[in-house]
Amino acid sequence: MSDTTRPAIEMAGVRKRFGATEALRGLDLTVPAGTVCGLLGPNGAGKTTAVRVLATLVAPDSGTARVAGHDVVRAAEDVRRAIGLAGQHAAVDEGITGRDNLRLLGRLHRLGTRRARERADELLARFGLAEAADRLVRTYSGGMRRRLDLIASLVTSPPVLFLDEPTTGLDPRSRQEIWDTVKELADGGTTVLLTTQYLEEADRLADDIVVVDHGAAIATGPPDRLKAAIGSQVSVTLADAGQLAATAVVLSAMTGGDAQVDIAERTVTVLTVPGVSVLLPALVRELDGAGVVARDVAVRAPSLDDVFLSLTGGSARGDGGDSEQGDAAGSAGAVGRAA
Amino acid sequence: MATVVLAAPRPSTVGRLVADTWTSMLRVLLNYRHSPGLLAASLGVPVVMVVVFGYVFGSAMRVPGGGDYREFLMPGLFAMVATNGVMPTMVGAARDVGRGVTDRLRSMPVSRTGLLLGQTLADLLVSVVVLALLALVGLAAGWRARHGLADTAGAFALLLLFRFVMTWAGTLLGLAVGKEEAAGQLSVAVFPLAMITNAYVPTGGMPGWLRLVADWNPISSVVQACRELFGNPSAPGSAWPMQHATLAALLWSAALLALCVPLAVRKFATHGR
Repeated sequence: MSDTTRPAIEMAGVRKRFGATEALRGLDLTVPAGTVCGLLGPNGAGKTTAVRVLATLVAPDSGTARVAGHDVVRAAEDVRRAIGLAGQHAAVDEGITGRDNLRLLGRLHRLGTRRARERADELLARFGLAEAADRLVRTYSGGMRRRLDLIASLVTSPPVLFLDEPTTGLDPRSRQEIWDTVKELADGGTTVLLTTQYLEEADRLADDIVVVDHGAAIATGPPDRLKAAIGSQVSVTLADAGQLAATAVVLSAMTGGDAQVDIAERTVTVLTVPGVSVLLPALVRELDGAGVVARDVAVRAPSLDDVFLSLTGGSARGDGGDSEQGDAAGSAGAVGRAA
Repeated sequence: MATVVLAAPRPSTVGRLVADTWTSMLRVLLNYRHSPGLLAASLGVPVVMVVVFGYVFGSAMRVPGGGDYREFLMPGLFAMVATNGVMPTMVGAARDVGRGVTDRLRSMPVSRTGLLLGQTLADLLVSVVVLALLALVGLAAGWRARHGLADTAGAFALLLLFRFVMTWAGTLLGLAVGKEEAAGQLSVAVFPLAMITNAYVPTGGMPGWLRLVADWNPISSVVQACRELFGNPSAPGSAWPMQHATLAALLWSAALLALCVPLAVRKFATHGR
């Protein structure tokens, strides 16, 4: 782990098939040490399989994967000594106390009885579970369980941490707590690979985002660059429905995109071609020039929703992951169609 | 870098096996400690069985060749306790798989054999207590071990061995089904398996095909071996496993262990591959 020049996580051409389903179709991934990478994609995109390959739980059919410089197949034991894993479930024993869960994991990590106990106390205090430490986990709230699950992966302070949908199904406050914890770990130099369906989560936490669909990476980059790769959304709401056509002509000419007209809402929406920026004053002047009376004019920078939907197209909508994305990200989702 | 690997250098395989076995045992025993109901149920079942089978059914039972039915029954109930070892490990293993605990453990540098061995040994410890209690209840109901200390110890050793076998079978089944509810449903299937034996009634009165199944049922070998070692009444019939019950019970146990242990460890190590 002293080798900081080498990426903490590397995957090249990883394929994995389960029966008739090809979960990974040549996934490439590089995560520099000390950074947070967000693996973003709809349900069934292969995010979890990617994490399972990296955590040595599943052997790839072909391709190579290395974690902390160790091959996940040939040096699985070395990989296991360098990683922490928190999955989609709260993978803790509900029939014993939070403290005992951590102590037992510490012993399995060979910290020794005393060090395991100290480490459990440290973690419980640092992550706000000291008061609940001696309660049975089955009495914990969902958020507390997930937090315990997360700190259970930190018993050895692993240099590489895998978080598979760490906040799925959590309330906003618990989600914020998990986010704060991840940020703290990242600031401390831990390399984090995080899978999520929540665009906001990737946007907040990740230095780099890898958008995965159908088992392969379809876009990679920092959140800002991904957003810059698709246009801004321009929308104009009119007082008079009779001016919809004229407005559509103006917007199309200015943005190079296809204007979409919503007659019921008396709104014209268009997504700019990448690279074309539309400034609000110029837009208002053009509309004035065409004699259009606008009730509302908005230029909105693209959110990761837009990026996500424009990249994954239909698959994001078809598989039921949609509602969760909507609820997490909150902002408009219908834009992707226009792109 | 701020992160420090706290884990100690890689220990020997044996050292790790022993340490992880012990930690895994501790986990199961802690679970029992926090669920007194679980232990109470384990202890209560034998008492209920003696009352229901010994006094309710037993009131109408006659053992061929004479002898007290409750003395005939007790080795059967001991073997039932041993057989029931399949359930807690099956449900426990399936629960761990379903909740992702198995995945977490598998992503750690631990001895997989040790983790599973610890669970089965912890169960063995609990079953010592349950068997002892059942023996006390049996003594109160008139059962006696009549062949001296060595044979009595041999019988209990055989029962514990068979319980150990069944916990490994349970571990394998639990890992295979991977869902707690499914494991619960599967444990219902153990019931007929345990009934088609010589535990409650002699097999002599069964239809020929059913008697064949019952006589060759591993549980029957254990029951017959215990009847012989305890010096309790029995009606073994002429099938080979009934004529060589102790040998048959040992062979069955060895064969089942040789099958279940490697398969369970392999299933645990490669789950989801």
